[in-house]
Amino acid sequence: MRLGLEIALARAAGRLSRLAGAGGGTTLPGKLLLRLDPDAIDRLGRRLPLGSALVSATNGKTTTAAMAAEILSTRFRLAHNRSGANLVSGVASALLRADGAELGLLEVDEAALPEVVRRIHPRALCLGNLFRDQLDRYGELELVADGWRAAVRGLPAATALVVNGDDPQVASLSTEGGTPTVFGLDDPRHALPAVPHAADSSHCIRCGTPYAYAAVYVGHLGDYRCPKCGHARPALDVVARGIELNGLESAAFDLVAPGGTTRIALRLPGLYNVYNALAAASLALALGAGLDDVRAGLERFSAAFGRFERIAVGDRRVLVLLIKNPAGANEAVRTLLAGGAPTLAVIALNDAIADGRDVSWIWDVDFEPLLERLERVIATGERAAELSLRCKYAGVDPERIELVPELERALDRGLELTPPGGELVILPTYTAMLSLRKTVAGRGYVRPYWDERAA
Amino acid sequence: MSRIVVGHLYPDYLNIYADRGNIAVLERRAAWRGHRLEVRDVSVGDDLVPGEHDLLYIGGGQDREQALIAPDLAAKGEAARAAVDGGAALLAVCGGYQLMGRSYLDGSGERLPGVGLFPLETVAGSRRLIGDVLLECELEPGERRALAGFENHAGRTLLDESGTPLGRVVAGFGNDGESGFEGCRIGNAVGTYLHGPLLPRNPWLADWLLERALSRRGEGDVMLEPLPDELEHEAHEVAARRARERGGRR
Ligand SMILES: [Zn+2]
Repeated sequence: MRLGLEIALARAAGRLSRLAGAGGGTTLPGKLLLRLDPDAIDRLGRRLPLGSALVSATNGKTTTAAMAAEILSTRFRLAHNRSGANLVSGVASALLRADGAELGLLEVDEAALPEVVRRIHPRALCLGNLFRDQLDRYGELELVADGWRAAVRGLPAATALVVNGDDPQVASLSTEGGTPTVFGLDDPRHALPAVPHAADSSHCIRCGTPYAYAAVYVGHLGDYRCPKCGHARPALDVVARGIELNGLESAAFDLVAPGGTTRIALRLPGLYNVYNALAAASLALALGAGLDDVRAGLERFSAAFGRFERIAVGDRRVLVLLIKNPAGANEAVRTLLAGGAPTLAVIALNDAIADGRDVSWIWDVDFEPLLERLERVIATGERAAELSLRCKYAGVDPERIELVPELERALDRGLELTPPGGELVILPTYTAMLSLRKTVAGRGYVRPYWDERAA
Repeated sequence: MSRIVVGHLYPDYLNIYADRGNIAVLERRAAWRGHRLEVRDVSVGDDLVPGEHDLLYIGGGQDREQALIAPDLAAKGEAARAAVDGGAALLAVCGGYQLMGRSYLDGSGERLPGVGLFPLETVAGSRRLIGDVLLECELEPGERRALAGFENHAGRTLLDESGTPLGRVVAGFGNDGESGFEGCRIGNAVGTYLHGPLLPRNPWLADWLLERALSRRGEGDVMLEPLPDELEHEAHEVAARRARERGGRR
């Protein structure tokens, strides 16, 4: 079959899926296309005159890609998988929808990255971090890291390789291939007092000795040096300095790049979003954007789908912070605390494949500082009972734990306990976030995710 | 009121699957009965002194972390065996369970030395055995109990003829995906692939370990009084249902 016909068929399938109400239809066209012709994605990739940039990371890839899209969209027509469908089928679907696009800007799942790199031959690759995440699905962290190493090894010099220097595993890829740009933070005022519990890769990747950190910023990310063999963070090309965090509202930093320095005022909070912004900026600069474009794009950016969203629900607001692994959830907790800490929270734990079937990770999240301040916690989702135990054994009085497995009921209970004008904090896993969002969309407060357009 | 001294082996290396959840459960459940758990970390280079601990705990890690601590642990082998012989309780989970056997041939072909406490060998297979698990155990004669957890291991663990498993697999893979058995038990020592973590949703096993630890403290035969465990039972039911629905699929 010819590519044109395959494309037409696959697109029709996506429209049918949406008409049938079977969800976004965001991956179905790609799935169908790959079924018809496994190599179609290679050819779709080649149709883009400026090639493609790929973004991957355990945490922050959706936000980073969306920020980069915001920066680059004024210059280029982009093919971008905005809703976060980031497996090979999702990438294929985004390329299918890419009529007239010049540049692919694709978020890619960590495990899918090697295959996508092999097929698309990206012009730029932005690698943010590797944390333990859904070990039941990805296997050990080392396996993902090995896959990345193989994908990067021997990339031509024409490929821009943007890596986070603060992550030892990721930073070490900068010498494997491509033309590297290394980014990182340099502001020890925002360092954590210690490496968090169950941090990954905090032992030297060369000799196994625990790293000595001049500063730990997020999880195991920071300014590390091995006291035994000397393996250390590489020199940084793009740096965030003078970081200012304003609770749950915003963050600002000096973006120090080879071409100059500019102050960036983000409309998103938290140090992890400074990392996302820095990654997006480094990628955009590597693709030829100017510092002014970078600043303007980042300052326009408000939120990526479901990651950190404020939604007005009647006379109250809902603040959604996605949680999916210990490192990411720790940052959500840290951000909430910086914002003054709520007295009520809804935490939603599902165990579908996309959430991770193994729910043990909730025990490795440092929920305690948040739980200590909560007057009431509503545990919901398919594994709500497990979540209740997490709270109980953290020392929360069981009287203060409400077990409400059904998500919509938990949302309503949370709203009922929130005073008018107030904000309800919800920490959902991925599929719980999707279904809560669907509920809120069903009540007319947000658009369904497959209808979303650039802000 | 008693003090229970717990030796937590390599908490800085073996902590991959919520191991601190297991420790938290032991701590709280002891405290609710008026006992105090004192957790002492024992890591690379620290001495394991036989007689110091009433309970030893060792958790799970990835191949890399296991390889980093295996020689140090093997050097503590005699002390660990002496502790268990002296009546200390022990819970070894996942990677720690493998290393409490004689050896572990890991995925890279490296043979890691073990402690030799449990009569078993482990060899990494090509596919990981991943999913929800449900076991039936009988640690005390006539007392049948269910354990619900999650397993994720490349290792295939083979018990010697003389070895006693922790339980029979109702759903899931277990030691090797074929024998129908899971874990190993010798006296007051229990080894298992089940994380999840194990103790919050199987509080009876936490109490069994605490009772053994208290006996070793010289409290005689201890029976801890029951606690209101409705949430624990609810979580157990959900996990057991998951195992029946989807455990042990390749
Ligand atoms: Zn080193």
